[in-house]
Amino acid sequence: MIQQAFFAYFAFVITILSLLIVTRKNPVHSVMWMLLLFFHIAGMYLFLNAEFMAAIQVIVYAGGILVLFLFAVLLVNIREELQIGKYIGAAPTSFTFAVGLFVVIVMSLRSFVAAPPGIYSIELIKQETHTKALGKLLYTEFLYPFEVASLILLVAIIGAIVLAKRRLKS
Amino acid sequence: MVPLSWYMVLGAVVFAIGVFGFLSRKNIIIVFMSIELMLNAVNINLISMSHYIQDLRGQILAFFVIAVAAAEAAIGLAIVIALFRNKATAHVDEVKEMQG
Repeated sequence: MIQQAFFAYFAFVITILSLLIVTRKNPVHSVMWMLLLFFHIAGMYLFLNAEFMAAIQVIVYAGGILVLFLFAVLLVNIREELQIGKYIGAAPTSFTFAVGLFVVIVMSLRSFVAAPPGIYSIELIKQETHTKALGKLLYTEFLYPFEVASLILLVAIIGAIVLAKRRLKS
Repeated sequence: MVPLSWYMVLGAVVFAIGVFGFLSRKNIIIVFMSIELMLNAVNINLISMSHYIQDLRGQILAFFVIAVAAAEAAIGLAIVIALFRNKATAHVDEVKEMQG
């Protein structure tokens, strides 16, 4: 019973905050609601026994990505932003598309069949601790994708510098 | 015990809201935030499934999604800065060089 109550709270708040993010006129307000949303998603990961993912969610999203968004929001002229409309002309079409997509996903959930359970039961993870179990898997079976992810981050660093730097006068 | 399908419906709701924001908003920064919203919906699905079928591989996949989301945010905001320097606008409907 208490689990359902926890889930209901998190699901309600996450839905309301997502709606607030896409409907606010002021981008700074959207960023602030998004901060609250990321903390609630981290809470939901804790509820799913994924402590390491909750920590990563708070550190990477709330600590890194949202700060980047706040810096970019500084570029926007807020006073002008508050006077013009917030949607482009195709908004009714995109609303219909989003509702249709939601209906299709929910309909397809009825034919979902879960895979047979694997070896990482809650007792095993509790015995070995979550971070250690995840690290063992990451550095043995998923070592090659992990290296590729580091390459992607390197490409992002170089690409961001090349795109954002001022062109040199020649 | 909360059934798995509740988490999947929650993920679908957040994903649909993200799709709506991505397709309809005028400000390009909020368009990027909608992409982050969709990636978070996928992460909720991955982590809840990995918990329910007792396999950590879903969480590894969510880990990589977070890494790619960080890279995508850095590149995307660099593109926003380059756009702002060339056109002095942050609205997607004022950028129509490609006749789209």
